[in-house]
Amino acid sequence: MVKVEQLTKRYGAFTAVDGIDFSVEKGEIVGFLGPNGAGKSTTMRMLAGYLPPTSGRASVAGFDVFSQSLKAREHIGYLPENVPLYLDMRVGEFLRYRAALKGVPHRRLTERVGDVLEMCGLAEVGKKIIGRLSKGYRQRVGLADAMIHEPDLLILDEPTIGLDPNQIRLVRDLIRNLRRHHTILLSTHILPEVEMLCSRVIIINKGRIEALDTPQNLRARLGQAGHILFDAIVSDPRAAAGALRQLEGVQAVSQRRDGEWTVFTIESVPDRDPREALFRHAVDNNWRVREISRPPVSLERVFAEVTGGEESF
Amino acid sequence: MRRFFILFGREVSSAFHQPLAYVVMCFFLLVTGFNFHAGISLLNHGAGTTTMVEAFFNTVYFWIPFVLVFPLITMRVFAEESKMGTLETLMTAPVRDYQVVFAKYAGCLFFYVILWAPSLLYFTAFEAVTGVDAAGAVGSYVGAYAMLLLMGSLFTAIGCLASALTDNQIVAAVVCFSAILCLFFIGLLAFFLPSTGSALREAIYYFSPIEHMVDFSRGIFDTRPVVFYLSSTMLVLFATFHIFQYRRWKA
Repeated sequence: MVKVEQLTKRYGAFTAVDGIDFSVEKGEIVGFLGPNGAGKSTTMRMLAGYLPPTSGRASVAGFDVFSQSLKAREHIGYLPENVPLYLDMRVGEFLRYRAALKGVPHRRLTERVGDVLEMCGLAEVGKKIIGRLSKGYRQRVGLADAMIHEPDLLILDEPTIGLDPNQIRLVRDLIRNLRRHHTILLSTHILPEVEMLCSRVIIINKGRIEALDTPQNLRARLGQAGHILFDAIVSDPRAAAGALRQLEGVQAVSQRRDGEWTVFTIESVPDRDPREALFRHAVDNNWRVREISRPPVSLERVFAEVTGGEESF
Repeated sequence: MRRFFILFGREVSSAFHQPLAYVVMCFFLLVTGFNFHAGISLLNHGAGTTTMVEAFFNTVYFWIPFVLVFPLITMRVFAEESKMGTLETLMTAPVRDYQVVFAKYAGCLFFYVILWAPSLLYFTAFEAVTGVDAAGAVGSYVGAYAMLLLMGSLFTAIGCLASALTDNQIVAAVVCFSAILCLFFIGLLAFFLPSTGSALREAIYYFSPIEHMVDFSRGIFDTRPVVFYLSSTMLVLFATFHIFQYRRWKA
């Protein structure tokens, strides 16, 4: 559905997108993840045919987004980040105008507008002026506009930004329902959103793709080297840590005090799980144990790891 | 072509959906009404062979609203969309750049035509009340209104160009107004030149809206201004199209 080859965008000396390659298959929901300024919006704008790339190629539904821009655009529904709408128009009127502009045949206009109003939960505001609507409604008008011509590909740039939790849930449900008919490329920096919605994740940082995989695989990749938390009461924490280090499958141990408890953070050897050995060691030494656990790796950590720093959030 | 008409329809409806349109129309009616009054008083003081149409189109009261109205009509067309970001959704719909530019231009020109339409009533009313012909011949009407349209085409194009240059409507309006005034003042230079028939004066005639209007409202048809206005309209629209593309690609 989408094929991107060596796509690059430079603004003067600044390289916003630096030779990225990826492809999206029909029916996928792909999440574009990255800190602000990573090049997500620029990539999406290039795919939507708004910005010409400096070099490289991209095609949507088999049409080059630059040389066959008009054809490609007919297959794309694009929702920009700030959801630009004509604030002086009424919702229904706006959608009708957009549908006609995007080539929906005249006899199908009323039907299509009715359909998307229904799908996006806008039926009761169809006659209202867009400028008077709340942010949540405007976002849904934007979504309705993006999908009004039944495009094969929906490009949604941060579709849930600035919404309250209820509105976010509504928009997410809507996106989830859309997956049956559309391929979706969405960008976000809300990680749970990606885990909930996307079948694949592209992590982009400083214009380059840092990782491209399913959310599960990404998590698993780091999960193997995940930490183990081990809380026990020991008489000499330093000696105990030294002893733990000798156990099989343990790579490194650090400890801190939490009242009378000592919390050991244990780094395991990849592909090994030393939890059972830890338990046996504790029993042998008569330690009182509060916890032996391996906290699940969130995508958040994957993200921080891959993009090199939590400050990006 | 369908897309052009959809865009054009949107331009026209957005022009009439903003309060500014009605302020402009009121202002325009008021000043042209006053201009009509001024024309009648000129005739009352025995201006010899001058007809009502000539008197109407050649006073200061005609030129002031005439040059003022273009920035007001055109300042928002590109500047507003680019500031609001709607240009992004517009240009990612399957429309060509030239369709957008031309539809916006045509929308402005349409508003301008609507603005002038009531003035025809003045002359009808004048003839009905006074029983005197408002124009020496039909050619006088045709000439005056053709010249209005020709000058309107160029000045609207200049306004569109100014609006495409910036995100700020005020800047667009000032640029447009200054450009039109410059052109207008070239024409005024002729009054400072001593003799008629000099080469410079001839040259100035090519660019002088005032001189063009004097001739055309008498029904004297000259192809030179027609070519001048049509070709410069094309040129300015062409420049608008390229600036529009350039600014988008740089964004």
